Amino acid sequence: MQLQLQYFLLLAAALFCVGIYGLITSRNAVRVLMSIELMLNAVNLNLMGFSNFLDSQAIKGQVFTVFVITVAAAEAAVGLAIVLAIYRNRDTVDMEAFNLLKW
Amino acid sequence: MNLAEGVQIVSFGLLSLMMIGAALGVVLLANIVYSAFLLGGVFISIAGLYILLNADFVAAAQILIYVGAVNVLILFAIMLVNKRQDFAPLPNAWVRQGATALVCAGLFVLLGTMVLATPWSTTKVVGAVPAQSSIVTIGEHFFTDYLLPFELASVLLLIAMIGAIILARREYLPEQTISPEKPQQPALTLPERPKELLIAGSDKKA
Repeated sequence: MQLQLQYFLLLAAALFCVGIYGLITSRNAVRVLMSIELMLNAVNLNLMGFSNFLDSQAIKGQVFTVFVITVAAAEAAVGLAIVLAIYRNRDTVDMEAFNLLKW
Repeated sequence: MNLAEGVQIVSFGLLSLMMIGAALGVVLLANIVYSAFLLGGVFISIAGLYILLNADFVAAAQILIYVGAVNVLILFAIMLVNKRQDFAPLPNAWVRQGATALVCAGLFVLLGTMVLATPWSTTKVVGAVPAQSSIVTIGEHFFTDYLLPFELASVLLLIAMIGAIILARREYLPEQTISPEKPQQPALTLPERPKELLIAGSDKKA
């Protein structure tokens, strides 16, 4: 018995589902951004698993993971800046209060 | 990875338990500061899983960037918007949460069925050592066939930095609108001041 690709894929799927649950149900805007980070990490885990088990010589999955980490860092910076700007405008971080674009 | 198989299995089990538990804590805990610290635990566990997957460079980058930068950024954001408020309870909130939990569980079952039903052609030979270190291979990829995305990533980081600064900057008002009757301030003071000072000053004056 040794480590299989399926274990990592199942683990990444579980992490992704936890991220989706947090993305939809949380009321705090910062927690929504944390859930997005969880989902990006699940995708990274998938890429690393494929890179190790299917492409262990030319590890292109690791290159893609580095790119995803870069984009995630940029996304976190801009997203938290947007949360700060909304907090200054509306004086709350409740997602249910951000209904400016609702009909 | 030169570890024995039993050690690998036990490490994988421990790391996955840590990761799933911390991720559930991130989503379910009421205090968001605990959530932010548990998010760091998730990132560290994932870095350990990367080491199990023979990726030392990406594991180090994960710890440096996620734990060192993103998690600290999230903690700073929590500190800046730290407002102790109880959100007004929604009517039928349990319907939303139950439906979301149902959809997520269904998605997990779907993904798990797909993962287990697909015949992955894993050609990995046990004990096969890669030809060279992973960091050498990643560097070659960066400067040969992934050169354009690599350069675009630097441009993206620059754009994100400027955008974050512009978005998070406070709105300033010129000094003249605050106190037109006061004489001009001497040098070495900013010609602008934040809006909060304006409100506080007008309250004091009135």
